[in-house]
Formats: sequence, C-alpha cells, structure tokens
Amino acid sequence: MKITKKEVKKIADLAKLALTDEEKEKFTRQLGEILAYMEILNRVNTENIPPAYHIHETKNVFRKDQSEKWLNQDEATANAPKKFKGYFSVPKVIRKG
Amino acid sequence: MQAEIELQNFLKLQSAIKRGTLSCVDLVEHYLAEIDRRMDLNAFLVVMADEARRRAEVVDGKIKNGSAGKLAGMVLAVKDNLVLKDKPVTCGSHILENFISPYHATVIQKLIDADAILIGKTNMDEFAMGSSNENSYFGPVLNPIDETKIPGGSSGGSAVSVAANLAYAAFGSDTGGSIRQPAAMCGVVGLKPTYGRVSRFGLVAFASSFDQIGPITRSVRDAALLLSVIAGYDPHDSTSANLPVPDYFADIDSGVRELKLAFPKEYLEEGIDTEVEAAVENVLHRLKDGGAGVEAVTFPSSEYALATYYILANAEASSNLSRFDGARYGFRAQDTTDLESMYTLSRSEGFGEEVKRRIMMGTYVLSAGYYDAYYRKAQKVRTLIKREYDGAFKKYDGIIAPTTPTTAFKLGEKLDNPLQMYLSDIYTIPANLAGFNSLSLPCGVDANGLPIGVQIMTRPFNESMTFRIAQFLEDALQ
Repeated sequence: MKITKKEVKKIADLAKLALTDEEKEKFTRQLGEILAYMEILNRVNTENIPPAYHIHETKNVFRKDQSEKWLNQDEATANAPKKFKGYFSVPKVIRKG
Repeated sequence: MQAEIELQNFLKLQSAIKRGTLSCVDLVEHYLAEIDRRMDLNAFLVVMADEARRRAEVVDGKIKNGSAGKLAGMVLAVKDNLVLKDKPVTCGSHILENFISPYHATVIQKLIDADAILIGKTNMDEFAMGSSNENSYFGPVLNPIDETKIPGGSSGGSAVSVAANLAYAAFGSDTGGSIRQPAAMCGVVGLKPTYGRVSRFGLVAFASSFDQIGPITRSVRDAALLLSVIAGYDPHDSTSANLPVPDYFADIDSGVRELKLAFPKEYLEEGIDTEVEAAVENVLHRLKDGGAGVEAVTFPSSEYALATYYILANAEASSNLSRFDGARYGFRAQDTTDLESMYTLSRSEGFGEEVKRRIMMGTYVLSAGYYDAYYRKAQKVRTLIKREYDGAFKKYDGIIAPTTPTTAFKLGEKLDNPLQMYLSDIYTIPANLAGFNSLSLPCGVDANGLPIGVQIMTRPFNESMTFRIAQFLEDALQ
C-alpha cells in the first residue's frame, strides 16, 4: 500500500496533529514501509472468522447503580492548565460573525 | 549490607529484618545512596526519598509489634505510567510533565497495604511505546551491564533499577513485551500476567486490550510473591477476572517431570542470533534432563503476529491518546487563538516522534476506507492466533521460547528504522495477542556478557505452572 503525502496530511488532521514538512516527508516514507509490511495479513484466509473484540470470554459486567465518593470539583480540576470559577477554561469556540 | 540485600530470597531478607540485624530504614538509605550513585543510568524520573524514609520508619514499627504485611521490607520502584496519589506521573512524556495524580492505582494501593516501600518512579519509553527506552522525553536509560547498549523497553527504567540494585524489585507494564524484553536484556526476571489477572485501574492506557501490569524481580519466587499481592478482581476494572488467586508457592518446587512442553519451530528459524538460539537449546536440554517431554511444534500464525499487533495496538493507542488535548490536564501550548489550534498545537508540541507515528498509524487503520482492510482484518487474524495457542495449551503444559531475537543492541542503532525496532518484540507479542501469561527468565549470556532471556508461557490464569517451570529452570541453570 502506497501512502501519499496528501493522505498523511489528512490523517494528521484527523488525529489533531500539526506535522512539520520534515515530519510529513519522514512519516510518508516510514508509514509506507510499515503498511507494506502489514500487507502480509492479506495472505491469511479469514473467511467466516469472527473478529476478536475481547481476548477472554467476558460478559457484560454490571454493578449497582450507586454513587461512590470520588473526586470533588477542586480535585477534578486541580490539573487544569487554565480554569475559571471551578470550570475548565479554553479559547473561544464560536468565531465572531 | 550489600550481601544481605542481594539475597535472592526475600523471605531470608525479611527474616534478617525480623531478627533486627537489618532495618527498613537501613535498606531505604542504602537504595537512596545507590540511586544517587547511578544517576548516569537515568533509570528514575522521580525519587521519593522523604516519603520512603517515613514509610520505612512506619514499617519498622509494624515489624517490631508483629503487625507487618507480606511485603514488609521490600523496597520497590514503579514505572512512571502507574499513578500514585499526589505524585507526578509523566509516562515519559512532555504532555504530562506537570500532572499530579489525584488517586492511587489499584496495584499501588495493594502494595502499600502489604507494607511495601515505594522509592521512586522509573523512566520509560513515552506512553510505553518503544523497545529500547530511547523514546523518553527525559532521555534514554542505559543498560548497566554495558552502558553503550539499550536496556530494552518500554519498562527500561524498571528493569535497570532491579539489575543495578537500585531497588529490590520493580513494576512495569507489558503491552507487546515491555516487561519481558527489558528484563531479558538486563538479566532479570519479568512476568506479564494473564490479561485480566491484574487490575489496570490507574495504569495510563496504551492499548487497553493488551496492557497488563507485572513484576520485575531477581528471582522467580519474588515474582510469584508479588503477583500474589497484586492479582485479583477489581470493581474499578471490569476487564479484571473474577477468579480466585491460587497459592503460587503450593507446587513451585514440583519440578518438570512428565510435563509436556512445546517450543515453536518458527521462533528458531529466522532472524535469531546464534548465541540466543544456543542458550534456548540448552534450556530445552535441561527440561528434558528434568524429565519433561519437549516437542517442536509449528505455529503457522507466527509470521502474522507482529503485523496484527501493530495494527490493533496502534488503533487502540490513537483512540486512548485522544484524551490528551490540553483542555483538562497536561501540557497546553501557549498563544493558541481558538479551540482547534489549542488541541493541535498542544498535541504536536506535547507528543514525541514515536507517539505521533503510532497515532498516525492507528488513525489510518481506523479511518474510513481502511477500517475493514486493516483493523477488522487484524481482529480476525487475532482470533486465529488465539485459537492456535489455545489449541497448543490443550496439548501442552507450557511453551518455551526465546524472549528476544538478539541481546541488547547499541543505543541509536534502530532509532531511524521503526520496523526493525518493532521486530525486537516478535517473540513476546503472541502472549499479548492471545492473552496468556509469560515469564522471561535469564538463561545465559553472550560472548560480550550480555544477558539472554527465555520465556515460559502457559495457558491463561495458569501462572502457578509458569512459576513451577521457571523455578525448575532457575535452579537447573545455576
């Protein structure tokens, strides 16, 4: 599988990464090599084989619908790079019309 | 002092403490001095000197009044992706540099409850992504046996802390070999428990269907002891198994007579160093001498394991690491003008190269148009790999294989070739793909004195058998 620089740019946008030109060049080459290696899986016949979601047989695990004592607001926001009156503060989302 | 600390058997060390010939305070001072003396190895990111000293006094007191727990006197280092309340956790990344955890991981709480003393947090490949410990934002870790060599990764700091006697034992995490590979390259014991045996609550997630926490020790018995403390169901991790934890010492000395063991033919065919091969052949001979039946078995899926693993693990990683967005915790880039640029710049400046490469890979295989060709395909192959090993474990009590294809390589040697780097995990990945347990045991050295490891793998939740085979080999190889 050949991967183009344009695709690398698109994937970076999806992953919310801003790559430098140098990184784009490098990743285009390296991801191409890695994806070429992954092609090996096309040799495996997987017809009628179910995908593995869990590695052991697990059923849904339920717990009682009860709250437990956990972090309070101050503790939950203690690591925030920026906060305002106990809330996480981020740059404006809505642009001026 | 040194002689006592180097005792292979923790129970002997503990009885020396109980007799009063040694105290926890002495032990902590000893390890703090050693950590300070070997700063050049870069094994620790945080040393918790004051806290360890305080804890040592408390534990000494408990020993005196007879109320001490199972691990009293054990000084431990933990990988910096396990969270401790009120302590930093960096995962070797710039993006978490100033993060302080508001809670303890379940494993940490269990260790503290058993009266272990935690002395520091160890260096690692960023977000546990790497096989050489060169991907840490805080610089590489050096192999204490030869400082021009890598220690293995991603739990390189933990393996080095044990190999260089900077702690009595350590904890790491293993997603594709990250406990066993550095343990092998540093000449110590490393266990990846069965998926679900140990709670992952408080382990910063890399690939959630693969990650397991496990001990790195100087002996098989210590690994068994530590697993007995950390294993078990945790309501905070719904993938932890609700199964009883057996007594791992009950038949640890039963030997290997009449056990049926397999070694995968494919592992000894391509790309393996001849000295590693010879050391593993020697192990197979010892097992036969001990009365075990040893057969070469074919695992046709072997050649697909690496590709399957890197598709699935990177897909899970790209999803798990989306939480690092600069909004709620961790690093936020300066001078961002809108929300979008806050996300993008924080992530681009906060993550290192290998992490970005893996997020890119993972995003690619999950993206529209490629999901079925890569991600879903790999999930199906994972089913086939799992079936193959399940089948083998029906016929055999255990599987014996090399841990790594080569001994420790030179710093920088594989940095520019990610695929070559990934190939150093080729023998450890099946245990994570199929969810069974595997222990790496030192089994010799190469001509340059670099350690070689052998893996003992048994069916899921049969760690007792793993310890039994490993204990036989540890004794036989002495």
